[in-house]
Amino acid sequence: MIDTRHIGLQLPVVTFEVEKGRLRFFAEAIGETRPEYLDEEAARAAGYRSLPAPPTFLMGADFDAGTTTTLLETLGVPIERILHGEQSFTYHAPVCAGDVVSVEARISDIYSKKGGALEFIVKDSLIRDAQGKTVVEARSVLVVRNPQEKSA
Amino acid sequence: MKIPHRDEVRVGQELPPLKLPPITRTTLALFAGASGDHNPIHIDIDFARAAGMPDVFAHGMLSMAYLGRFLTQWAPQTHLRHVSVRFAAITPIGARLTCTGKIAELTERGGEALARLEIGVIDDKGEIKLAGEALVALA
Repeated sequence: MIDTRHIGLQLPVVTFEVEKGRLRFFAEAIGETRPEYLDEEAARAAGYRSLPAPPTFLMGADFDAGTTTTLLETLGVPIERILHGEQSFTYHAPVCAGDVVSVEARISDIYSKKGGALEFIVKDSLIRDAQGKTVVEARSVLVVRNPQEKSA
Repeated sequence: MKIPHRDEVRVGQELPPLKLPPITRTTLALFAGASGDHNPIHIDIDFARAAGMPDVFAHGMLSMAYLGRFLTQWAPQTHLRHVSVRFAAITPIGARLTCTGKIAELTERGGEALARLEIGVIDDKGEIKLAGEALVALA
């Protein structure tokens, strides 16, 4: 069982630069071909400062910084046992290429179901712009599948 | 891009679906690199088998990224206020996914007209892979 004393754990604040090349790579990976996601002029014509970061792109900040790996190590969870259970984003302002954002995440809950067969880790993140304004809020729920001892 | 207008939408209205090409190993390799999610369960069949899975399977966030495309083809991204999903089933290699959605409610918050959408990702057998909702600001 994951120790519930980790509820409230603040993860190290991560800084993430939104790069044009990475945005184009992400667009390619998800089959996005609309010009405002690939071409700066088209993005500006659509009203953005530069290429906009697509709705789910900022998940990459935690992955790049190794936050997810550190979190699983801290909680003693092997990566092969986790599944992504739920994900949400709330948007307050657009994030575009050239922006440097910071991600402040904490473990807001840990609970189990089915007699411990499944455990849930809830992580809440605030993504802020360079001025400290919250631009995106994110919540991830990770599911840990625990092997069950067979009853005799 | 046209912003859906509150007088031109109705509850129950379906959004134009987004039909995706079949998931390939290349899709998952590219998404691992681009998204930063390098969990080998999605890209290394040896690792997946050792973990008791028959094969690698797609990142949940890949399907959610497809939902992002789907939502922003209906309304500009500047008008997307919220999106939340529950990952309901694993998406294997070869899966043919479609993003779907319909208007569940028309509401208002802080003087802004909003459409609450029920959204989902299903495969070609009709199995639900992701289910959730989104809030989109209307003109």
